[in-house]
Amino acid sequence: MPVEILKEKFTGTVQEVVLGATKEEGGTRAKTVKLGGSSTLPFLQYEGDIPNRPAIAFEIWDIEPDWNEAFNESYGDVWKDPVAWAKKVEELGADIIYLKLKGADPELDNPKSPDDCAKIVKAVLENTGAPLMVEGPGHPEADNDVLQAVGEAAAGENIALGLAEKDNYRSIAAAAMMGKHCVIGRSPVDINILKQLNIMITEMGIAPNKIINDPMSSGLGYGIEYSYSIMERARWGALIGDKMMAFPVICVAGAEAWRAKEANAPLEDAGPGWGEQKPRGIMWEAMTAAALIQAGGDLILMRHPEAVKLLNKHIDDLMKPNLY
Amino acid sequence: MGLTGLAIFKLLPKTNCKECGVPTCMAFAMALASGKATLDQCPYVSDEAKEALDSATAPPIKLVKAGAGDNVLEMGDEQVMFRHDKTFYHPTGIFIEVADNADVAAKVDEINGLAFERVGQKYVVDGVAVVNASGNADTFKDAVAAAAGKTDKVLLLVSEDAAAMEAAAAGVADRKPILYAANADNYEKMVEVAKKIGAPLVVKGKNLDDVADLAGKVGYKELILDSGERETSKVIADLTQIRRQAIKKRFRPFGYPTIAFTTEEDPYLEAMQAQAYVAKYASIVVMKTTELASLLTLFSWRSNLFTDPQKPIAVEPGIYAIGDVTPDSPVYITTNFSLTFYTVQTEVESTRLPSYLIAFETEGLSVLTAWAGGKFIGEEIGPWLKDADINEKVSHKQLIIPGGVAAIKGKIEELSGWEVIVGPREANGISSFAKLKLGA
Repeated sequence: MPVEILKEKFTGTVQEVVLGATKEEGGTRAKTVKLGGSSTLPFLQYEGDIPNRPAIAFEIWDIEPDWNEAFNESYGDVWKDPVAWAKKVEELGADIIYLKLKGADPELDNPKSPDDCAKIVKAVLENTGAPLMVEGPGHPEADNDVLQAVGEAAAGENIALGLAEKDNYRSIAAAAMMGKHCVIGRSPVDINILKQLNIMITEMGIAPNKIINDPMSSGLGYGIEYSYSIMERARWGALIGDKMMAFPVICVAGAEAWRAKEANAPLEDAGPGWGEQKPRGIMWEAMTAAALIQAGGDLILMRHPEAVKLLNKHIDDLMKPNLY
Repeated sequence: MGLTGLAIFKLLPKTNCKECGVPTCMAFAMALASGKATLDQCPYVSDEAKEALDSATAPPIKLVKAGAGDNVLEMGDEQVMFRHDKTFYHPTGIFIEVADNADVAAKVDEINGLAFERVGQKYVVDGVAVVNASGNADTFKDAVAAAAGKTDKVLLLVSEDAAAMEAAAAGVADRKPILYAANADNYEKMVEVAKKIGAPLVVKGKNLDDVADLAGKVGYKELILDSGERETSKVIADLTQIRRQAIKKRFRPFGYPTIAFTTEEDPYLEAMQAQAYVAKYASIVVMKTTELASLLTLFSWRSNLFTDPQKPIAVEPGIYAIGDVTPDSPVYITTNFSLTFYTVQTEVESTRLPSYLIAFETEGLSVLTAWAGGKFIGEEIGPWLKDADINEKVSHKQLIIPGGVAAIKGKIEELSGWEVIVGPREANGISSFAKLKLGA
């Protein structure tokens, strides 16, 4: 007797968001990337449409980062210059470039001005073809000024501006609206705030296909399951028709994974059974990412090129059709 | 509860004899449906009715146990598709393969030696899968015996040759090994072998239809299911179907734990494949790699996934010494929520300045949550600090508190007599804090 396949009957879909704009679309990107769009749970092709695979963005900074030595090999020769770094990650296969303007942090001795930031973003855009996402330094006032300038400088390119949060979203959302960019709304591992922020951003007039959600990821071993469950709940909500939970999700796997002692500790300082730092760090990031895509991550923000390679191959396998 | 009162009533004698202690069969049926009565109260229920009713009242996924002594693996008995709906109960068993024609002793030694520790947790491999790669019954038997002699871990015997299985399993019957596998061709003999020693048996189908068919007809209930798929996306689909149908449809042939096998050759990709299976409902994953980075991350993920969302993990409250402390060592305080504690501990360690870290009892709540909840406040910390052992351990009275709760400084000082230094808001600020303020 054949088994009757039991399919969930979903009425909602995850919003599809396009990042980047080609010449025809008013920008200068070589290609655009589509995020989201699923009408079912992660990787269950047999029960719905999964038009876009999880995309991978490479994280770069506008100043030299304080990352583990493990990164010297890949980026040591470029990370003093964001344009060189951006070109490098594009060579390494970045679908999307995610630029963190850490240099504009007002607590630094000589923080970059909004104008400086605008120039950097322009230069990155001029020298790369991938869609771009830009995150401010993480201080509300600086974020607002910087992202406004960046939004203007990148007009037409359909970049993403982040991070809009519950207590500081208006300026950033306005900058996105003016430049016709996307906005990344971040909520602190809280599904109610996730929804509330989406409502507030939408009420400002941002179109649904311009919103990306960062529910705040935690790394493997340090709270990942909190993010995982928020994401699963939001995805379920999206699929049963709640439009305010239905935006593509970005998971900050790289930065979060590399906070862990397990990713960084050299063998001498490592715990029992940990082994060499190099594969351990790469895997800490790759496995953080792999777990989060099972919960519906649409865009994963990564650091290490080796972790990206592993993740890409894994996604290839997950995206193979499994129709009954 | 699968059956309604009415459906149960249809299976009862309908004589209203009252011997169950309830006036009518209908009333008894309603009591059964709500779990207020048990079927054995009725002396006249037929065997068929008993079976049907057992089936309906049984948990959606059978609990199956393997192994013996200190190494019993519990599988199945899950109730939800998403951990946030309740929790996942039985962490996936991770097994590593050894071929019967390889150096079994050496491989089992290697598996035994795989032990990991992090954040107060210990991880070890759950079981050893001995594979009849040789195709020879004697080689298999010897390999199983050798493996059994070298480890107490749960054994998984992999051979679809029932005669070879019988011989090999007999020697390790008391270990309650898992027998892999019964298929459409060998199931009668395999089930006999399993029944004889009371061992869990994997039924392997070519596809979902086949495995449902087998599970239904083998006449044995200590089962684990293998849908036969090996391609990652298809395995996930099958594992999801089996779990979903067992829970939502009470589809009995799928009401058992599941087993999945990795196929990736690269050890890191293999771990990612295994992780997907752990996330997507496999009760056992059988792997080949012994790569440390692969297993450390996989075990950490499993531990995270199977954490009960309603019970935050906490460390024992108390005063922890980090490094070679002296009476001059700084004293930090944080909550006893595991994540918080271990994150702060790691940061304090990396300052290389021996310090004390107090894990204050907040029932596993994080700093800000505990503060908001009235557990991490001056009125609690102050009096405790006044009389705490830490007074004997250090010659100073300076307490470093998390920057996010600077507001509690005054009250702590008032009630304890200690001086409070407001530390960084985030644990990752401890390093520079220690350099600037503590001369680290």
